[in-house]
Amino acid sequence: MPPPIRLKDHERDTRLIRSRVLFGGGALVFLMLLLMVRMYYLQVIQFEHHSTLAENNRIHVQSLPPTRGMIFDRNGVILADNRASFSLTLTRERAGDWEQVLDSIMEILELEEDSRELFEKRIRQGRRPFEPVPVMFELSEEQIARIAVNQFRLPGVEVAASLVRYYPQKEHFAHSVGYVGRINEAELKRLDSVNYSGTHHIGKTGIERFYEEELHGQVGYEEVETNARGRVLRVLNRVEPITGQDIYISIDSQLQEAAELALDGRRGAIVAIDPNTGEILAMVSQPSFDPNPFVTGISFKAYGLLRDSPDQPLFNRVLRGLYPPGSTIKPMMAVAGLDSEVITPSSRVFDPGFFKLPNHQHRYRNWNRYGDGWVDLDLALARSNDTYFYDLAHKLGVDRIHDYMTRFGFGQRVALDMFEETAGLMPSKDWKRSRYRQPWYPGETLILGIGQGYMQATPLQLAQSTALMASKGKWLSPHLARSVGGVEPMLDAQMPDDIVLRDNSIWTAVQQGMENVLHGKRGTARKVGDSAQYRIAGKSGTAQVVAIKQGERYNRDKVQERHRDHALFIAFAPAEKPAIAVAVMVENGESGSGVAAPVAKDVLDAWLLDEEGELKVEYGGVLPEGDKQ
Amino acid sequence: MNRGFNRALSEGDVLRRRASILQRIHIDGWLLFLLLVLGAIGLFVLYSAGGKDQGLLIKQASSFGLGLFIMAVVAQLDPRFMANWSALLYVIGVVLLIIVEVVGHNAMGATRWINIPGVVRFQPAEFMKIFVPMTLAWYIARHNLPPSFKRILISGILVAVPFVLIARQPDLGTAMLVLVSGVFVLFLGGLRWRWIIGAVAAVVPVAFAMWTFVMHQYQKQRVLTFLNPESDPLGSGWNIIQSKAAIGSGGVFGKGWLLGTQSHLDFLPESHTDFIIAVLGEEFGLVGICMLLLVYLLLIGRAMVITLQAQTVFGKLLAGSITLTFFIYVFVNVGMVSGLLPIVGVPLPFISYGGTSLVTLLSSFGILMAIHTHRKWIAHS
Repeated sequence: MPPPIRLKDHERDTRLIRSRVLFGGGALVFLMLLLMVRMYYLQVIQFEHHSTLAENNRIHVQSLPPTRGMIFDRNGVILADNRASFSLTLTRERAGDWEQVLDSIMEILELEEDSRELFEKRIRQGRRPFEPVPVMFELSEEQIARIAVNQFRLPGVEVAASLVRYYPQKEHFAHSVGYVGRINEAELKRLDSVNYSGTHHIGKTGIERFYEEELHGQVGYEEVETNARGRVLRVLNRVEPITGQDIYISIDSQLQEAAELALDGRRGAIVAIDPNTGEILAMVSQPSFDPNPFVTGISFKAYGLLRDSPDQPLFNRVLRGLYPPGSTIKPMMAVAGLDSEVITPSSRVFDPGFFKLPNHQHRYRNWNRYGDGWVDLDLALARSNDTYFYDLAHKLGVDRIHDYMTRFGFGQRVALDMFEETAGLMPSKDWKRSRYRQPWYPGETLILGIGQGYMQATPLQLAQSTALMASKGKWLSPHLARSVGGVEPMLDAQMPDDIVLRDNSIWTAVQQGMENVLHGKRGTARKVGDSAQYRIAGKSGTAQVVAIKQGERYNRDKVQERHRDHALFIAFAPAEKPAIAVAVMVENGESGSGVAAPVAKDVLDAWLLDEEGELKVEYGGVLPEGDKQ
Repeated sequence: MNRGFNRALSEGDVLRRRASILQRIHIDGWLLFLLLVLGAIGLFVLYSAGGKDQGLLIKQASSFGLGLFIMAVVAQLDPRFMANWSALLYVIGVVLLIIVEVVGHNAMGATRWINIPGVVRFQPAEFMKIFVPMTLAWYIARHNLPPSFKRILISGILVAVPFVLIARQPDLGTAMLVLVSGVFVLFLGGLRWRWIIGAVAAVVPVAFAMWTFVMHQYQKQRVLTFLNPESDPLGSGWNIIQSKAAIGSGGVFGKGWLLGTQSHLDFLPESHTDFIIAVLGEEFGLVGICMLLLVYLLLIGRAMVITLQAQTVFGKLLAGSITLTFFIYVFVNVGMVSGLLPIVGVPLPFISYGGTSLVTLLSSFGILMAIHTHRKWIAHS
C-alpha cells in the first residue's frame, strides 16, 4: 500500500520546530555555561599564573635563529665561515621617541649623516612588535664601550652578539660560493616568515643562494619573561634551533689559486671539470670582488665603483659570459660529420685559402690566406683549417649542426646547482624564423661551422663539451656541491642523454686530431705541447668581438684594446685517460694558441703534476725510484 | 481543527489591544533595549581597547546608528514579502560573490570587497549570512516537515555554493557562519536525528583516511597548528598566549577600566577587533565577562520567544536560524580568544570594531522584529 499523501499539517510542523528550538536552547545554555567555566578556570584557578605573567612581567617569544651551515672546498678548506660580530639593535617599542634615540647614537658614535638614512630604513623594515632590529653591524671595541657608557641615554638600544657570514678566501670564491646579504622587501614577502623570523641574511648568489634552504636550518624559539624594561628574567620554554647543513664543494682551492695565477691579472674565465664525475675543480672569473662588504651592507659608493668598473668584477663570466666559441667547436663538428657519415677520417678537401658556395661569388676565407692544400680531418683539426669546416658545415646543414651541438650542451643550461647560469644560444632555422622572421641563409651555416655568427656559449658550456669529448659522450652535469649535510645532494634535475655514436672509433679519431693540435708537427699549439710531460688533447679558438668586413683583414693595431678578439682554448689531459677538462677564455687575448693555451697548460699542470713537477702516479706517472731500474 | 487557529486569533486580539507606538512601527521593545545595552557596552570597551581613540569611537557609533536605521527599515517588511523575494536575492548574492572572485578589490591579502569607486564598497559575503537561511527557510517551508531526502540534498547544494565561494576569498570565518546558518534551518526543519548522527559519524573515518593517505606532511602541520595554535608561538600562537594572559590576569573583578596592561602595551594584537573580549576580561574580570554573556543570553532568549511565537513555518525557521547563528558568533569568538577553539576570524557581535558586521547583525535583528510584529495581520486573514 502506497503511503498516504500528506497534507500540509501546520500543527505537526509547529510541534516539530518547537521541540527542535527547545533542544537548541538547551544546548546553547550548556555551551554558554561552558564558556563561563572556561573563564572561571582562566581567571580564578589560573589567576596567579597569568597575573604574574602579565602584571609584573611580560611574556615574550624570542626567535632563536639557526646557525648557518659552513661551506668548505673539497679538501676541507673553509670558504664560508660564521664569525661572531657585535651589532647595535634598537627596539622601537622600548625606545620611546626612537628618532631622538637615533640622534643620540649618531652623536655618541660620531657617525656621518648619511648612515642615519640607512638606520632609519632598517628600523622601518622591522617586522614584529618588540623585535630588536639590528641597525649597525660590526661594532668596534671602542664603539661598544661608548654605547655602554651612555646606555642610560639610549632606551631600547642594545649591543647584541650574533654570527655573521665571513668569507676568508675573499675574492677567490665570490663567483662560485657567492655571498649572503640582508633580506630585502621582495624576499621578505616570499620567505617563510616563521622560519626566517630571527634571520637577517639570505643567500643572494652562487652556492649560498642555490642551497639556501639547506644552509639556513630551522628556527628555534624561547618563551621568556621579561620585566617592563625588557630584561629577561626567566626562560619558560625553549626549543633549540637546528643548525644549517655544511656543504663541501668540489673546487680545489689550490687549483683555483693556480688557475688565477695563470691568468696573470688578465680578464678572463677558466673552468676545470673532472670528466669522470662532472665535479667542477676550478671556476675562475677575473677580475673578481671581495664578497664580505655585501654581507653587512655595502656602501652606495663602494657598490657604485664595483658596478661601474669597465672591468666588470661583479660579472660572472663563467656562467653569464656569452662568447662565440670560434674554432673550439671544430672537434664537436668533426664528431657530427663522422657520425652523420658526410666525411670519413681520411676524406680530403682542397683548400685554396677560401671556400665558395656553389653558384655564389662570396669567398669565405681560411685564416691562412695562402691555403693549406689537401686537408684531411687530422690536419684540419691540427691546423684549425676553416675551409675544411666550411665544407663540412655545408654538407651537414644547420639543423643537423644544431642537433649535435645541443647534445653537447650548447644553447641550454648545463649545470645542476648554479643559479645565475644563462643558456647561451644555439641557432637553428626555426629559431631564426621566430626571432627575426627571416629564412636561414646557407652562408650562415658556414659561419656557424667555425663557431662564429649567432652562436653564443658560456665558458662553462665550453668546458662541459670538452668533458664530453674526454668521456666519449658520457653526460655528467657539472656541479659544485660534493656533499650537503654529509650526503651527496639529491638533485632531481634531468640529465641529458649520453651521446651515443654509431661507431666508438669516431671518438678516438677526433681525440687523436685534438692531440695533434698540441703534439702534431703542424699543430697550432705545438709550442705548448712540446713542454708537457703528458699528452694533452686540445683545441684553440678566437672569438670575434667586432665583425670584420668582407675584404678587410684583422689588423690588431687598428683595433682598440677592448675590441680585440677573445682568446679561447679547450683541453683535456692525460689524453689517453682524461682526468681533467679545461676551458680557458682570455678577454681580448687575441690568440687562442698563443695566449689561452699556456694558461690551460698551467691549470692542467697544477692538477696533474706533483710538487717535483712529475706526473702524479694516479694519472699515469711512473714512480721515481725502484721502477726505473 | 482549529484549536491552533483559535489560539492564534485570540493571541492576535490580545496583541492588538496592547499595541503601543513601538508595536505599530514594528519595533520589538525588548530586542531594542538589549541591543542598545550591548551597543553601549561595546563603545565603552572599545574606548579602552582602541587606545582612547575618539575617532574610532565616533565611527563605530555612527555605524551602530546606521545599523539601527536599517534594522528599523527591515522590520517594516512583511515576512511573506521576504519569502517571495528570497530566491532572487540569493541568486543576486551568488552572482556578486562570483564578481568578487573575478574582479574583487583586494584588501589585506584577501579578495572580499566589491568596490565601485566613489559609490559603494561592500562585502557580498556579509549579505549571504542573511540570504542563505532566508532562501533555505522559504524552500523547506513550502512543503511538509521534515524535509525529504531530495530537498535536503538541494538545500545542501544551496549552502555549498556560497560556502565554497566565500572560503576561496579566503574568509573561513564568514564561510563557516554561512554554512552554520543553513544547517540550522535544516536542523530546525526536522532533519532526522539518524542523519545528523550519521553525518557526524561519517566525518571521523573520512578525516582519518585523509590524514593517513592524502595529506602531505606540511599540510598536517598546518592542521595541527590550526587546532593547537600554541604549538606555533611565533605565528598564530602568539595571539592566544597573549590573550589568555590578558584574560587570566583580570581575575574576578578585573583591573579596572582603561587599566589593562596587556592590551595597552601592544602585547595583544587586534585588541579592538576579534580579540576585544580579552580587553574586557582583563579590565572587568570574570564578573564583566559573565555580565556580558548574560546580556547575550537575554537577547537570545527573547529571540527564541519570537521564534516560538512566529506563526508561519518560514518565520519560525528563519528566526530560529538567525538566533542560533548569532549564538555561534558569540561562542566561536569567546571560545577562540580563551583558547578553547581554533582561530577563525569571527568578531564578537556588537563589541568588536567593524561597521559591516554591525549593519548585517542589526538587519538580521530587523528580520526578527518583522517576523514578530507582523503577526496580527496574519492572524486576521
